Amino acid sequence: MTCCAVDAAAAARPLQAPVSREELELASRDLGDGVRQVDLAVPAVHCADCIRKIERGLAALPGVTHARVNLSTRRVSVKWTGADVPPLLETLDGLGYAAHLFDAGESDRDPQLAWLLRALAVAGFSSMNIMLLSVSVWSGAEPGTRQAFHWISAVLALPALFYSGQVFFGSAWNALRHGRTNMDVPISIGVLLAFGMSVYDTYQNGPHAYFDAATSLLFFLLIGRVFDHMMRERARQAVSGLVRLAPRGAAVLRADGSRDYLPLAEIEPGMTLMVAAGDRIPVDGVVATGQSELDCSVVSGESLPQPVAEGSSLKAGMLNLTGPLTMTVVARSADSFLAEMVRLMEVAEGGKARYRRLADRAAQLYSPVIHATALLSFVGWLVATGDWHQAITIAIAVLIVTCPCALGLAVPIVQVVAARRLFENGIMVKDGSAMERMAEIDSVAFDKTGTLTLGRLRLDEDAAIDPAAARIAAALAATSNHPASRAIADRFGGNPAGIVFTRVTELPGQGIEAVARDGAVYRLGRVGWAALTDVSDGAGTVLGRDGRVLARFAFHDDLRPDAREAVTALRQQGLSPLMLSGDQLPAVARVAAELGIGDYTAAMLPADKLARIEALARDGHRTLMVGDGLNDSPVLAAAHVSMAPATAADIGRKAADFVFLRPGLGAVPLALAVSKEAGKLIRQNFGISILYNLIALPIAIAGFVTPLVAALAMSLSSIVVVANALRLRAGRGGQTKPEAPGAAAVTTTPETAAPEARAAGRG
Amino acid sequence: MDSLVFLIPLAILFGVVALWIFFWSLKSDQYEDLDGAAERILLDDEDDASPPRV
Repeated sequence: MTCCAVDAAAAARPLQAPVSREELELASRDLGDGVRQVDLAVPAVHCADCIRKIERGLAALPGVTHARVNLSTRRVSVKWTGADVPPLLETLDGLGYAAHLFDAGESDRDPQLAWLLRALAVAGFSSMNIMLLSVSVWSGAEPGTRQAFHWISAVLALPALFYSGQVFFGSAWNALRHGRTNMDVPISIGVLLAFGMSVYDTYQNGPHAYFDAATSLLFFLLIGRVFDHMMRERARQAVSGLVRLAPRGAAVLRADGSRDYLPLAEIEPGMTLMVAAGDRIPVDGVVATGQSELDCSVVSGESLPQPVAEGSSLKAGMLNLTGPLTMTVVARSADSFLAEMVRLMEVAEGGKARYRRLADRAAQLYSPVIHATALLSFVGWLVATGDWHQAITIAIAVLIVTCPCALGLAVPIVQVVAARRLFENGIMVKDGSAMERMAEIDSVAFDKTGTLTLGRLRLDEDAAIDPAAARIAAALAATSNHPASRAIADRFGGNPAGIVFTRVTELPGQGIEAVARDGAVYRLGRVGWAALTDVSDGAGTVLGRDGRVLARFAFHDDLRPDAREAVTALRQQGLSPLMLSGDQLPAVARVAAELGIGDYTAAMLPADKLARIEALARDGHRTLMVGDGLNDSPVLAAAHVSMAPATAADIGRKAADFVFLRPGLGAVPLALAVSKEAGKLIRQNFGISILYNLIALPIAIAGFVTPLVAALAMSLSSIVVVANALRLRAGRGGQTKPEAPGAAAVTTTPETAAPEARAAGRG
Repeated sequence: MDSLVFLIPLAILFGVVALWIFFWSLKSDQYEDLDGAAERILLDDEDDASPPRV
């Protein structure tokens, strides 16, 4: 069975903190009667077989009363009874499905969508039934029947007006109360006036009634609303379903030696915490005992693991790699690094809040024009003929004809098509305004670690390594999970020679020690521990035999696939990329040189990055920020528009407007291309609507618009606008595409050299 | 004209019934997992082989 290519698992960070039972229990909800429920994201579910395997596998666990997979959201919801948490994640893992907790926040249900759908259904019911009656009126029903049909139509229009209409009336009233006007104001006035006038006309036994126009206007516009809402909802769910990187709680070591798993909010300074290898540091603190190495890439952007020992300070969000640590808490969760970033973000969010959506700006110009035209037609006809009734009828016809569905659909339909296209290419967009802002950018800023690079260590290619030593190093490295070890094992293909050691031990913060069968002691690890050398050339990893250097290894961080193409593509569009990194200068300069980015700054603190982006904004630049770390989140919030990979820190993902799920950086130029084309189509749609108005308005003012003409004009213009939106070309065929550009990209990244190197290492 | 007297209420009644069915399906979560519903028809009935649920 073919699997769905798009899922977050492929892009997930390789080393994930394991979720403990305690954490699972903290994440679950109490449903009463001892029943607890937890929702897990299972990105790999894709077919009926997966559903069956998971549901049966989980239901067979003791205590589990209910397990239900939701294939659309790739989630499974499990209910259980009893004090113990069933081994859910372990079971899923055993079945071959990696599962993880996600940021639940709110429940799966979406009351807003349900309400919009109900409103749409009611409007559809009313408008279709009324339209059926109208067709017979238009085809020349005799006066008695026409009168009866009009009364039935009036009754049928009531639910559409008072139920479905609330969507628009509420928003229009809100805008008016704040002294503003939006697209919903003319819609509401038009619909209400048309209904009132038609009731009056029917009462007076008039030949025309606009019940059909009023209700089908609501129906068409609600279609746009529902699409718009579904697009945003889908993006929200996809993003919130990603792996949660911040822990929910931590294991507290009490003075009497007992352990408690407490939620983050209850952790106070002075407490002692246990942090196992593979866990993230939950709050800021100081190492009390133990040695280890930390992956700080999410926090500071440093790509190489940092050794820590007693007394080293720790920041929330760092990942403990090799050894267990106990730490003393120095700040509560609310005062930790993470919280500091959230505060910076809140301060920085101004840029986006000031942006006003295109549709609102159009409405700002458009609705006064409509209202003035309708009023003028009314006054004009009143003066010319002195006939109140005719003047009002014509004014209503003007209102209905000039605020057609075309204008209401012009923006959302294009954005829905564009979001769909982005989704097929593994990019989530938070809302339509993000695409509008994206189309306006004139500069791009990248973070380095985890954004331009994968945040994964890889062995330098240039160092000449003796094949025999390489085989030993690979065999040693295969026993460890340390990023450097994995890089060595990856490069030389694990333990191909089948070398057997009698004893292998891993010393946190130092390296791996092994005794071979001939009694030789091999050490792979830090210079000075693995082998004594001239200390002058400082850092690095060496392989030593009985204290003698056999080989040296140097590492770098791999570029993301397509990174070079993405930067080139952006430059071709006249955008000069710049790089803002928290990493050390040599690593930054190296990546900058590889990608040809001239403008880069290293060792930046989060506040420095923020200041840089704000300075750009003051100079009138609109910047796209692409970043992933905790340290990038304030900048993601401050930039005109922002993108983050799926592997980004939780708050970074929330702050970003676009989140891309695939590893390739080609997502950046693609999102830009789709946004620009969407912008073009929106402008065309506005053009079509205006053209339509230029034709329809004189007819309406002249008083020739009958309900039949209104219905035809409205439907026609809507169809034209929708058809135009479907022309969006950029990113088409996204579902089959990833293989092709991916394969092309490999030839330019260091990965290409890997297969040959591996072969060489074996031979 | 006579036929209209019952045909039109009948037509509207059908419409109301359809609307009610839609509301009911919305309320009973039938739109919560459209992809899953499409795949689930391939599964055998639960009671055939599944272990008894507690």
